[in-house]
Amino acid sequence: MASYNLKVNGKSVNINVDDDTPLLWVLRDELNLVGTKYGCGIGQCGACTVHLDGVAIRSCSVPISSLEGSNITTIEGLASDKLHPVQDAWKELDVPQCGYCQAGQMMTASSFLKQNPNPNNDDIRNAMNGNLCRCASYNRIEKAVALAAKKMS
Amino acid sequence: MKNQNKITFSRRNFIRTSALASGGILIGFNFFTSCKEATAPPVDIAQLNFNDFNAFIKIADNGYVTIFSPNPEIGQGVKTSMPMIIAEELDVPWEHVSVEQGALDTNNFTRQVAGGSQSIRFGWDALRETGATAKQMLVNAAAAKWGIDASSCSASNGVITSPTGETLGYGDVVNDAAQLEIPENVSLKDKKDYKIIGKDATNVDIDKIISGAPLFGLDYTANDMAYVSVCRPPAFGQKIGSYDDTKTKAVNGVLDVVKFGDKIAVLASNTWAAMKGKKALDVQWTTDETLESTSDHDTKLNAILNGKDLDVRREDGNVKKAFAEADKILERTYESPFLPHNCMEPMNFYANVSNDKVHLVGPIQTPAGTARRIANLISREEKDIHLEMTRMGGGFGRRLYGDFALEAAEISNLTKKPVKVIFSREDDMAAGIYRPAIKYRISASLKDGKVTGYHLKEAAINSNMYGLIPHFFPAGAIENYKVETGNYRSNITTGAWRAPYTNFLAYAEQSFFDELAELLETDPVQLRLDLLKNVKDGEDPNIQYSAKRMTDTIKLAAEKSNWGKTREGVYQGFAAYYSHNTHVAEVVDISLKNGYPSVEKVTVAVDCGIVVNPTGAKNQVEGGVIDGIGHAMYGDFSFENGKPQDVNFNTYRLIRMKETPIVHTYFVENNLSPTGLGEPGLPPAGGALANAIKAATGQLLLKQPFISVLRKHEANLKA
Repeated sequence: MASYNLKVNGKSVNINVDDDTPLLWVLRDELNLVGTKYGCGIGQCGACTVHLDGVAIRSCSVPISSLEGSNITTIEGLASDKLHPVQDAWKELDVPQCGYCQAGQMMTASSFLKQNPNPNNDDIRNAMNGNLCRCASYNRIEKAVALAAKKMS
Repeated sequence: MKNQNKITFSRRNFIRTSALASGGILIGFNFFTSCKEATAPPVDIAQLNFNDFNAFIKIADNGYVTIFSPNPEIGQGVKTSMPMIIAEELDVPWEHVSVEQGALDTNNFTRQVAGGSQSIRFGWDALRETGATAKQMLVNAAAAKWGIDASSCSASNGVITSPTGETLGYGDVVNDAAQLEIPENVSLKDKKDYKIIGKDATNVDIDKIISGAPLFGLDYTANDMAYVSVCRPPAFGQKIGSYDDTKTKAVNGVLDVVKFGDKIAVLASNTWAAMKGKKALDVQWTTDETLESTSDHDTKLNAILNGKDLDVRREDGNVKKAFAEADKILERTYESPFLPHNCMEPMNFYANVSNDKVHLVGPIQTPAGTARRIANLISREEKDIHLEMTRMGGGFGRRLYGDFALEAAEISNLTKKPVKVIFSREDDMAAGIYRPAIKYRISASLKDGKVTGYHLKEAAINSNMYGLIPHFFPAGAIENYKVETGNYRSNITTGAWRAPYTNFLAYAEQSFFDELAELLETDPVQLRLDLLKNVKDGEDPNIQYSAKRMTDTIKLAAEKSNWGKTREGVYQGFAAYYSHNTHVAEVVDISLKNGYPSVEKVTVAVDCGIVVNPTGAKNQVEGGVIDGIGHAMYGDFSFENGKPQDVNFNTYRLIRMKETPIVHTYFVENNLSPTGLGEPGLPPAGGALANAIKAATGQLLLKQPFISVLRKHEANLKA
């Protein structure tokens, strides 16, 4: 057990957990931020994607011991006073089916659009390829990322 | 309006009302089953008891409506589409309707299952009647207030209007309506007057999903709840011998280690500790059954196909004679592996077994059956069991089986603690209830340019095609026709997987038809249309598909896909299939990139009757088609000495965005009762893809996954 300080969705938090605890389980079990999902635990499915200093990471594969003082954003903190354009686009196109993977999809998309605000279709497909959707809502995810880019420009 | 596949049920006595203590009216109703004579809905909304009714509508005195949706939501959209049907007949603005998931566990409800694409089909009549009855009650109450005849009043958009133009909102009359008799013989709307049905409605949980609010079973927590990781035998056929939990107990956060049956539960104060604790267990497994491998299954299934010990499931004419007199015979054997479901949300369930009640929460497609099994397992009365459903992170058939809920109940019963069992991905894939491995051998006799005989044999693990599947197309279209099935009993657990049996059967048959068309020198689409001309709708009660509807569906797909008129470098494959009461035809367009097929586009035509929610309906079709293509192309799962060879997504391949085609969906327009969409889009996809790849490369695909065949094809080409 050790004590860690980090900033989650703009708030400072202090947690006491084993140093090998992945960020995913800190968020879910300690901070009750359950929007970040568990899917595979080995960084293959993208359901657990969050932002570390604005960049998408797989929270299942990052131990808390490497995150002291870092700044984490989860799906619960993606919107500011209004929805993030990615969330708007997801809603407008009615993307989700079961909805389980969508937080991870939106966190990947929002980080990607920050780096590449004017993506073409191939860029979108490459960027989103790491996120699995078992319901296969891929067509709508693809369209929603393009729509979000339009909304942000 | 002619209702094909109309489901008849007694409308009398399936609705009861009461005035709510807080103001407003509560309407309790049941699908199919009548209410008990003395049953009344509660006057306090907190006391909703789903043992008496399986669905409720609350109309508040401000006119706002809450619908407690009865069917489990696994992503198929019924939590949105079923309330739309009620709201349509009730005639309220959709914006004034909110939907909540009912906590369902009932002795009376007959269809508390999400599966088989049947929710909409069964709900259609009952939901419309309920909405219309509620509207009539409100109209009657307003007419009584005005002292006029109810038949002179009309209601629309939540407002009742008198002949002289006076108006009352639904909210103004709900308290009076609660005191009135329930009207009989209400009239239903014509399709042309629909304001909600047929218009896009966004998923009712959308705001929660995009903001990450707790919705799913895995998100549920309760005070003092222990997180549980379960250690199960690593191979089918193994049992627990001895174990040492010293290292597990030394893991920080581990609370307890409990053996139950052939499993060991590790209870901990958080998920990570439970998972770590399980990994630290030192278990000696014993083997007293055969540990089966995929090569064994291959041998067993081939022996069934080559043997004589098969059950005849349908037989028309004289197949033997047709084959004896044939000019040509085509015979092919198609093979598919086991498949895990791989719901993105791994199996999980919460249980709190105490002396006075059993509280269960989680994602389950079969709440009633699971509650009953748990009552038996822990020797409790069914009435003690309260089961709450959460939204489900996918189902695909896996959550029909309550094994994970039973584990949670058993562990809580043993430890007397509230527990939540959480499968890791490895647990989920290794302790599956898989789609069984299946082989089909299909042969056809041709004479004078016609198909005269058709013989299909199914060899499957554990169980065979069910219900009316032996009577699906081409039954009825070929004079001499025979379907036989046989199975091999394995200790590997198997069960329903999205569109059971047809998910693979459709590919086998639809690939076979493509080859038949080649032999007959006919266009593949035309071959289907010609065969359908032999079918007389309604003649054989076992044949549920309609030749007319299938013909219209095929023509729509051919037209929208520009069948046969594509640009250079694009190859098309066609398939059509009826399953789950819905007719579907698909055309896959592929191109070749470095010799490998790239699936670019799928054109889908669907006849599912009236489309309740077009955006939701298209979402289901898009998902089903891509799922079908993904699993036909990549889905591979094998066993070695009883042990699954893949347990996570690093080696088990699911389709990803770069491999997905764009799906274009078109609905056949008609006024027929709606049928489901969760499953029927999937079965034709694999066949259409195989036929497109054959058109592009000449490679026959007799085995799933196609990727392994294509790799061999590539190696052969190079050699």
